[in-house]
Amino acid sequence: MAKYRIVHYLNQFFGGIGGEEMGHYEPTVQEAVIGPGTALAKALGDDYEIVATVICGDNYFGENLEKATDIICDMVKQYNPDVFVAGPAFNAGRYGVACGTICKAVEERLGIPVLSGMYEENPGTDMFKKDVILVKTGNSAATMRKAVPAFVNLIQKMATGQEILGPDIEGYHERGIRVNYFAEERGATRGMKMLLKKMAGEPFKTDLPMPKFDRVPIAEPVKDIKHAKIAIVTSSGVVPQGNPDHIESSNATRFGYYSIEGMDRLDKKDFFTVHGGYDRQFVLENPNLAVPVDALRNLEKAGEFGELVNYFAATTGTGTATGSAAKFGDAIGKRLLEENVQAVILTST
Amino acid sequence: MKLELGKFEIRDVQFAQRSYIEDHVLYVNKAEVEALVLEDDKLLECHLDIARPGERTRITPVKDVLEPRVKVSGGEIFPGMIGKVSPQVGSGRTHALDGMTVVTVGRIVGFQEGVIDMSGVAADYCPFSKTVNLCVVIEPREGLETHVYEKAGRMAGLKVATYLGELARELEPDTIEVYETKPVFEQAAQYPDLPKVGYIHMLQSQGLLHDTYYYGVDAKQIVPTFMYPTEIMDGAIVSGNCVAPCDKVTTYHHLHNPVIDECYKQHGKTINFMGVILTNENVFLADKERHSDMVAKFTNWLGLDGVLITEEGYGNPDTDLMMNCRKVERAGTKVVLITDEFPGKDGKSQSLADTCEEATALASCGQGNMTLHFPAMDKVIGMQDYIESQIGGWAGCINEDGSFEAEIQIIIASTIANGFNKLAARGY
Amino acid sequence: MVKGIEKYGIPVVHIATVVPISLTIGANRIVPAVGIPYPLGDVTQSEEDSYKIRENLCRRALKALQTPVTEQTVFEKD
Repeated sequence: MAKYRIVHYLNQFFGGIGGEEMGHYEPTVQEAVIGPGTALAKALGDDYEIVATVICGDNYFGENLEKATDIICDMVKQYNPDVFVAGPAFNAGRYGVACGTICKAVEERLGIPVLSGMYEENPGTDMFKKDVILVKTGNSAATMRKAVPAFVNLIQKMATGQEILGPDIEGYHERGIRVNYFAEERGATRGMKMLLKKMAGEPFKTDLPMPKFDRVPIAEPVKDIKHAKIAIVTSSGVVPQGNPDHIESSNATRFGYYSIEGMDRLDKKDFFTVHGGYDRQFVLENPNLAVPVDALRNLEKAGEFGELVNYFAATTGTGTATGSAAKFGDAIGKRLLEENVQAVILTST
Repeated sequence: MKLELGKFEIRDVQFAQRSYIEDHVLYVNKAEVEALVLEDDKLLECHLDIARPGERTRITPVKDVLEPRVKVSGGEIFPGMIGKVSPQVGSGRTHALDGMTVVTVGRIVGFQEGVIDMSGVAADYCPFSKTVNLCVVIEPREGLETHVYEKAGRMAGLKVATYLGELARELEPDTIEVYETKPVFEQAAQYPDLPKVGYIHMLQSQGLLHDTYYYGVDAKQIVPTFMYPTEIMDGAIVSGNCVAPCDKVTTYHHLHNPVIDECYKQHGKTINFMGVILTNENVFLADKERHSDMVAKFTNWLGLDGVLITEEGYGNPDTDLMMNCRKVERAGTKVVLITDEFPGKDGKSQSLADTCEEATALASCGQGNMTLHFPAMDKVIGMQDYIESQIGGWAGCINEDGSFEAEIQIIIASTIANGFNKLAARGY
Repeated sequence: MVKGIEKYGIPVVHIATVVPISLTIGANRIVPAVGIPYPLGDVTQSEEDSYKIRENLCRRALKALQTPVTEQTVFEKD
């Protein structure tokens, strides 16, 4: 009788269902070891058993995120595994995102340790490495054999509750989580050693690599401003009285769209600000200081630009995680694109 | 400037009929010291207590930590604050009581005083769990305005440290260390083949109980300037802030600046330590721009090959740190930053509020958001009433038995961004 | 949010006070605002003058939106 139970997740291809044409395959679960699971099971030995394998088409998962996640979590729950393993996805993007998504959900909802693996450039890696431990793999299934030892080691540690060490030791993608430890030497000494090397032009290792904030390609300028449709977006926390969407004063988790139809300016009886990071008294008195509806309406009437969109999007900028801000921007951008908005004025405090 | 620093190894502190030092023990006349503190009529009450390493004792809320010192020659200790502002300090002879501290404790001024545990898991994160601490617990008069209370607490600590330092004036120290930095051309000529290194020392100056004093001048009001490192050993810089406890550069830490210590260790061997460039961290963008320009002007003018930069605090001072880094590098001097990190409770967010691509070398002092379980202690010097509102605590974090959960940023100097401790963070 | 929107090809101008942070995060077109508690206006001046400043910043923002740029650009002048 195996001591530790594992449920394995695969896409339609690795599950042996078919290729791209079977991407719509709805989730099924079988009490069997399938595809790459075989290599894992063999290396794990008799104390571990893959008691079930879930197979789901990448397209089905991607197009039915919530439903697929619900269904699969229920499947996993039935088997009550000690560890949930997905993939590895190598460089397959949709598969990587599916693996990351389902792993994150299983851990959050069922409290089961989860593990997946993918190639560095798989979009799923950047998206999920913070939340899920992702074994570093090569970019194709041909590298499966090389990935097995890292998988086996981590599965064993997760099942037995052993401490998982750093990414270089255990073979997973650096998650960007900062963990304290007591170094041999104090900070000033470490700093001096780094300086001596830096001055001598020798290689050294920094304790904190600077994050690379990604850049977006510069959007083309507006060609015909007189006919351009422009929208206001703000992080100043200006919202209608009553804060109908309950936007937080700090570390916002949501944003809203607020109508300015028929308004020449923002009036303080209709709008206020919830932003907790600046002295609110001025914006409370005159919201146009943060969301310049009055000025833009005048410029609109004067023909300086085509049309001011009849609503603005708002959230609170202070303490708000960069991840959240990116999500809001993405949702807002999508909607504005659909509505043919040509440019955005985004105001921040 | 050349300074002889005579150290007295103090192994214990005890109360006695009179104050004196003998056989590595500091004896303190409790009543005399308490009366000295109470000369300030802003304070209602004062009592002293002693905390020793290994005891199941907690000290909170801690305002400042100081080391008793006295200028035997060459000016007066803590110039501009207790001692006369002139002559300037940094030369002559100074005596220090090493191994003990004066800790000021009392009801919170604002919000950001911290905790010192003398034993248990939190003790590992605090340098003062290893020193014998003479605690000066003060009680302000009713209705005292916060700025006034802060000053009273600050002066109380300085007075006691000065009074105790005085006891060592005529005695022979256990060890004498000599530190010397020559005027710039002579210094450069002394070790012509060694790289010239400077230390850029950033002071907290955000106002609102976030101040530091330079020869008695509020650091908000200074523009970058040059200092001989030995001036700092004589208390030319004094802490007046209650910045997040983990980050706070206590007056003790100013006296024992680890970067200056490190630079002197390497001086004449691997580097030519040219001196200190002092700057601040103001709240206006214009100040940040102006002062970082001036800092880079200094590093270039002094012909420095490399600098170490330390900061006090986090958040918008990270912008000053990065501006200094970028401008100094671009002016031709290599930079290494020493600072701490705040990546959120789960360690997943950005550690710093600002970045620059020139920041290729950073020594980490650890991240302040990790949480610890602070055990219940047998003795509390001060009071635990404020734990939930002290930075690092939260509503409901304290338990009936006196134990509590909190981020390590509640511990005095746990992640102090000048490289004093061994704590560091790495990426997982 | 600026980048989230701009990646759809819609030009975004960021009117912000703490310009260094806007630069670090990666906005491409930036107009420096007046102050943190009052980005578009100046409460130390008259209502009229404060409004003029606001309108001016908006005009500058419109100009920035029409300006081709090849790197992150801070539009400090009208």
